[in-house]
Amino acid sequence: MRVYLDNNATTIVDPHVYEAMEPFFCQKYGNPSSLHQFASDTHKPLKEAMQKIYAGIGASNEDSVVITSCATESNNWVLKSIYFEYILTGRKNHIIISEVEHPSIIATAKFLESKGCKVTYLPINSEGIVEAHTVRDFITDKTALVSIMWANNETGAIFPIHEIGEICASKGVLFHTDAVQAIGKVPVNVKEANIDYLTMSAHKFHGPKGVGALYMKKGCELTPLFHGGSHMGGYRSGTLNVPGIIGMGKAMEAAIDALDFEMSEVKDLRDRLEDAILEIEDTFVVTPRTKRTPNTILVSFRGIEGEAMLWDLNRAGIAASTGSACASEDLESNPVMEAIGAEADLAHTAIRFSLSRYTTSEEIDYTIDIVKEAVKRLRSISSSYAYAPQGHNNEL
Amino acid sequence: MGIDSLIGGTIWDEYSQKVCELMNNPKNMGEITEEEAASMKAKLIVADFGAESCGDAVRLYWAVDPKNDIILDAKFKSFGCGTAIASSDTMAELCKGKSVDEALKITNIDVEKAMRDTPDIPAVPPQKMHCSVMAYDVIKKAASQYKGVDMASFEHEIIVCECARVSLSTLREVIRINDLTTVEQITDYTKAGAFCKSCVRPGGHEAKDIYLVDLLTEYEKEKMTHVADEANAGNVDFSKMTIVQRLKAVEKVIDENIRQMLIMDGGNVEILDIKENGANFDIYIRYLGACSGCASSSTGTLFAMESILKDKLDENIRVIPL
Repeated sequence: MRVYLDNNATTIVDPHVYEAMEPFFCQKYGNPSSLHQFASDTHKPLKEAMQKIYAGIGASNEDSVVITSCATESNNWVLKSIYFEYILTGRKNHIIISEVEHPSIIATAKFLESKGCKVTYLPINSEGIVEAHTVRDFITDKTALVSIMWANNETGAIFPIHEIGEICASKGVLFHTDAVQAIGKVPVNVKEANIDYLTMSAHKFHGPKGVGALYMKKGCELTPLFHGGSHMGGYRSGTLNVPGIIGMGKAMEAAIDALDFEMSEVKDLRDRLEDAILEIEDTFVVTPRTKRTPNTILVSFRGIEGEAMLWDLNRAGIAASTGSACASEDLESNPVMEAIGAEADLAHTAIRFSLSRYTTSEEIDYTIDIVKEAVKRLRSISSSYAYAPQGHNNEL
Repeated sequence: MGIDSLIGGTIWDEYSQKVCELMNNPKNMGEITEEEAASMKAKLIVADFGAESCGDAVRLYWAVDPKNDIILDAKFKSFGCGTAIASSDTMAELCKGKSVDEALKITNIDVEKAMRDTPDIPAVPPQKMHCSVMAYDVIKKAASQYKGVDMASFEHEIIVCECARVSLSTLREVIRINDLTTVEQITDYTKAGAFCKSCVRPGGHEAKDIYLVDLLTEYEKEKMTHVADEANAGNVDFSKMTIVQRLKAVEKVIDENIRQMLIMDGGNVEILDIKENGANFDIYIRYLGACSGCASSSTGTLFAMESILKDKLDENIRVIPL
């Protein structure tokens, strides 16, 4: 059996999405900017796809939702354009992000820091959540932008975006949110949350890879990073990714339709897996369930190094993830585990399971069995569950 | 860069078949109890190395025959990833039947080589070499417990890169002989820094006493001192020096006579430029830290600096703060 529980990394493309994209490869392959029927064939479907994307986040027609290549591009765009317009010109000197943003925000902020921008990295509390008041505490009259993710990729923790949006609006500070992990999992509405910029990525909600978007509220348009033709209203040059946009539109529509399912059925499966894992002794889950996206669990298995756990799961056909240690090139421990102040011994033990609407009950049952077996085997190897003779000095 | 570095593969693809098999079914995993050791008439040694908070911890059990120091049995327990478990298993296997002194000669490189499928393809990717070092360290720990001596007494040299086992003296020599200036060059010459990279600079997987970047800085300073010494010793006239020699000579005088005092007061100074202005040498400096706002920086400190430079280098020096 193969079970895919790494949906916060990427998702299966919805077969209906794939079907909708298919004609735009070999039949309707015209460049939308050209003057002939091949081009015209793409216009109506593109417009409809854009309308679905707008509707999905509650954008109004006067706002701009510019299609990009991915969320990383969208995040880079916001921060770097804010730098060009506000920091470099001396109007402002400061931005605020959280310490658990996606690397495309953190690394960009660090880059801007090296160029003279001041950056505040807001902490998370022991539940893995950025508290809204910290945003208010750190805003100065020189703050150009606050960028806080809607939901965290590691824990699924949902941040108080509505409160933060209100604080930013009342202080006159621009507000960006990376909503990559929220769309299709919780309701997202840019108007209700006072959002100026919002990042999204199609492949996180069963759309294709290589297409993302940046929402910009009317009046908050940004300097383009890609100069060239006048595509996307001049905000982002580059021939339109026609199949990608069609796919993203369809995926957005399907994700919104499935939102109730996600928050009930997917959540039930997730809870069942979580309950079973918590029955195993010495396991710890980060962030209370009610404050998390319905599909995510970040769990620590004491005494089991994360990559070893992934190895045993993978051998049984189960895909999960660890942000920690040896699974990545840089051998660092999971940044969220450190940020919530988890016990140091648990820093390398976190495993993330992330479900989707395609996850089945049988898959969860199978996963529960395999997790139990893996924990048993790996703890039998583990030095933290080892016999130490009397008088043996256990100090390391 | 290049094609292989553009799309990252999974590190698991680079594990040898042996590593995978040992991870799935470690042979020497487990414990030796007091009773088991007693039944072999052996002394039980239990040694720990590493810490879970760092991502790796290993416990090694030895049953050693006190008559001839032979390790009759070896077992391990490990908190770690697949390569850590496989390395520990291989290490325990290599210990068996050897005397404690022979076991001490086993290095992490022996452990890694024993896990290869073919002699010239590494068993683990570079960033996993670190796991085999743990296996090596725990042997030393066990031996030190058996012999009742300090672990450091087994190490005759200071090892900077533990993965490739490159010593401080080797590194210093290679850097000097080949006039190396970058970490990449050191890695090319010695393999130090090619694996887990902890020894390259602070902030890696493990904290070190000395890093490759420190050795480069050390050599750089040595060269500078050498140039300045040459200038002084050879009585080369300041006016006949090249611009680089002048800069270094000025740096040296400031380093030796002034900088320490400034730093103690929370400040510092940097040399920006040296220009010939008629018969004069104008040395442009910038104060840093506390010095930049200090009243004395344009009076007492400045005069002191100028008179020392005049005395040591050339009567026609003028110091101009910017």
